[in-house]
Amino acid sequence: MGLIDRRMGIFLAGLFVLTVAIPYGNLAMSGQPVPSYVVSLLGKYLCYALLAVALDLVWGYCGILSLGHGAFFALGGYAMGMHLMREIGDRGVYANPDLPDFMVFLNYEALPWYWHGFDMFWFACIMVLAVPGLLAFVFGWFAFRSRVTGVYLSIITQAMTYALMLAFFRNEMGFGGNNGLTDFKDVLGFDLQSDVTRAWLFGLSGLALAAGLLIAKAITDSKLGKVLIAVRDAESRTRFLGYRVEEYKLFVFVVSAMMAGVAGALYVPQVGIINPGEFSPANSIEIVIWVALGGRGTLVGAALGAILVAGAKTLLTGWLPEVWLFALGALFVLVTIFLPKGVLGLIEGRQKGQSASRERAAARADGVDLEVRPEELRGEEVKS
Amino acid sequence: MHFLLRLLGRVLGLCVLLIAPFMVQAQSFDDLVRALPEGKFDDRAKVIAQIAQTGDDRAADTLTALLEGNLHVLKADDSLVVISKRGTQTIAADALSGEDRGVVKKRGSKKIRVNNALRRELRAAIGRLTLAHPDPVRRLAAAEAAFKAADPSQIALLHSVLETEENKKIRGALTEAVAASQLADAEATTADKLDAISVLRKRGDQEALTLLSPLVQSDDPALAEAAEEAVVKIEQSKRLWGLAQNVWFGMSLGSVLLLAAIGLAITFGVMGVINMAHGELVMLGAYTTFAVQEAIRGAFPELFDWSLLIAAPLAFLVAGGVGVAIERGCVRYLYGRPLETLLATWGISLILQQTVRSIFGPNNREVGNPSWMSGAFELGQMTITYNRLWILLFALAVFFVLLFVLKKTPIGLQMRAVTQNRQMAADMGIRTGWVDAMTFGLGAGIAGLAGVALSQIDNVSPNLGQSYIVDSFMVVVFGGAGSIWGTLAAAFSLGIANKFMEPWTGAVLAKILVLVFIILFIQKRPRGLFAVRGRAVDQ
Repeated sequence: MGLIDRRMGIFLAGLFVLTVAIPYGNLAMSGQPVPSYVVSLLGKYLCYALLAVALDLVWGYCGILSLGHGAFFALGGYAMGMHLMREIGDRGVYANPDLPDFMVFLNYEALPWYWHGFDMFWFACIMVLAVPGLLAFVFGWFAFRSRVTGVYLSIITQAMTYALMLAFFRNEMGFGGNNGLTDFKDVLGFDLQSDVTRAWLFGLSGLALAAGLLIAKAITDSKLGKVLIAVRDAESRTRFLGYRVEEYKLFVFVVSAMMAGVAGALYVPQVGIINPGEFSPANSIEIVIWVALGGRGTLVGAALGAILVAGAKTLLTGWLPEVWLFALGALFVLVTIFLPKGVLGLIEGRQKGQSASRERAAARADGVDLEVRPEELRGEEVKS
Repeated sequence: MHFLLRLLGRVLGLCVLLIAPFMVQAQSFDDLVRALPEGKFDDRAKVIAQIAQTGDDRAADTLTALLEGNLHVLKADDSLVVISKRGTQTIAADALSGEDRGVVKKRGSKKIRVNNALRRELRAAIGRLTLAHPDPVRRLAAAEAAFKAADPSQIALLHSVLETEENKKIRGALTEAVAASQLADAEATTADKLDAISVLRKRGDQEALTLLSPLVQSDDPALAEAAEEAVVKIEQSKRLWGLAQNVWFGMSLGSVLLLAAIGLAITFGVMGVINMAHGELVMLGAYTTFAVQEAIRGAFPELFDWSLLIAAPLAFLVAGGVGVAIERGCVRYLYGRPLETLLATWGISLILQQTVRSIFGPNNREVGNPSWMSGAFELGQMTITYNRLWILLFALAVFFVLLFVLKKTPIGLQMRAVTQNRQMAADMGIRTGWVDAMTFGLGAGIAGLAGVALSQIDNVSPNLGQSYIVDSFMVVVFGGAGSIWGTLAAAFSLGIANKFMEPWTGAVLAKILVLVFIILFIQKRPRGLFAVRGRAVDQ
């Protein structure tokens, strides 16, 4: 079926309907059945979904459990945030044409060197890809070459995002300290508060998610993808067969980081703020539960899981704020113990089980006894 | 009869003589002070001498105010006041009773003037008054003030006080004051000054250094040489003490890291279970301490000093019990799947956090220090606080008890057997499931003990554990999973490295640099400082 199998087809069709219907309901229909905040909220979920797909690419298909994907997301967000800061120009509180408000407040003399170029949109777009990609490349280069795997890798990715969080909290870093970057006015001349711009951002998020899914699918379906799965399931054996394991891992890690960066860049204009809290290890580990809930190694499942959990979070923190952490905690425990293949695995497994039992019934009617082997029911073993 | 009368007269006279000074003092300190504004400078000098002789407690303060030009006469009612500045306002207080007289206008009062001769007299009188004070603390303070003043005119006075002073510490301070004054004295002989230099060299602190460094440029070559030698020596010792202080701070931080990580060294290091709820078990220990202290405050306030000793075993049981529950209820289904364990225990940590938040509220809780943990003492030129010292000792005690349990007790033997070869251990009749639960419970219980100690120096809030989780994993990974000694070495070396970087980089950047260092270090030695040797290649 090529790139678009059944599961991908259904999801993409649903996504298409959503990205058309939501802005339509917000902008064109009388009575505005979709309020504006819902557009931004759903746009945020789509960014999360893209982030989850990025993580699924490395965790589900290559066995790299990154607890630092929030860092790539946040770096992409900061790159976009810096551009939006520069677009404010002299409309800030201090009306300084050269420096963003927080720099005036912190007595900066001139723009730090790393802020130069961010007044150009294309430059910011390159940085959205380049900065997370470069960090992933350097980090992965060191980590994979010296064969840091499994839990150790997870822990140092967590340390990486923790160190970045501490760094971005410092005012001296020149990224606004703990307030982060905010008060954005417009992007490419379009007012960020207007419904039309928000609808466009929402549509772009949907497009980016679809593109991310297709890219990830293309990678995993290719021969390279088969090697990645081999690395996930038996890294040493793959290496002994002559594959340069670390190069495959590095490639997929960098692609995934760039994808996360794009998600962050789309997230920031819709939320209107980026601060160092995005780097917190707790955020990164929450991404993992999206993927685990939806179904690891399914791509579509990861996107679904992100939307489900983020939606539940919005609802629960609104209704019963006390309960949310209990629910999230229970989700972690229950999914890992009872749903190792996630919701998608459960649904598809049940469908498979039904069709299998139908076949068995048919076979029995024909007088043939079909032995059910345990491997078939369990499906392929996913090694962690 | 005549004789008797004479005797009586003498006894009476003696009594009067004995009592007189007290009576005079009682009456006349106030009168004498009131007489201060009158007459010329010469009259004032006599009054000052008399005030000094009264030995009244207030004498020193009043004379100091006079010396500093703060003793004024209020124009409104001619009363004497001591003025002080508060912001831009001038506040007056009655010179005799200390009663507050409110704000004084700019020209509302008149200063009692003194000249240079009077100032000298005043300084001597103040010095004599406080140097002869019955309270040794005041005497020591006066001797130190004399050292700081370094006034040549007080040398004679200091010498006279030295003859009668018996307290060794005060004698030392007086000798140093003499030395400081002699260095400032243009008429002192070279021999005297050389003696003074050697006294100051022994003192060896920043103040001695400021006194000695100008002498290096002295015209007298002998003096210059001695001074330079002393300066070099003092700077050397200062550097050494600075180093020692940094090492101490580092060990103190290291002991905190050790406490936080040592439980993890068992659950992660020995068992290989990634327990992300470890920090929350530490938090449970801290909250147990809080609960125990609340109970003691309510029921037996006199037991407060014992609260930590009561809390420690309870915290061990609470955290250990929760640990056993986690192992039995969740972790045991996930052995061999480390990444899933990580996620599930993370979920448990969220649940524990929210539970504590629901019960105790989201704010910081106040945990008190028992009396034996507050305060500090001086060791040479460094200050050591008791709570840090006790925490260091506690951390080491926990460490060695744990080491003993693992190496010398039957349960420790079983734990090691199960982690090394589960199948073989089971064949030998060890109940591996029970041992797993006990091992996990031991690690969790130690986390609870850490919570008792950390409650003394950190905020007790539901987020307490979060701030330690990354650090403690770093320590265990850096030391080498499975090596208890490695954890000890890693905790102290990371603590000391952190504190040595702080002066140059600031606390946050030092922490970031340490994290980056560990990340790089793991690339080089993925199995940590003290790698456990064995045949296991992958996982």
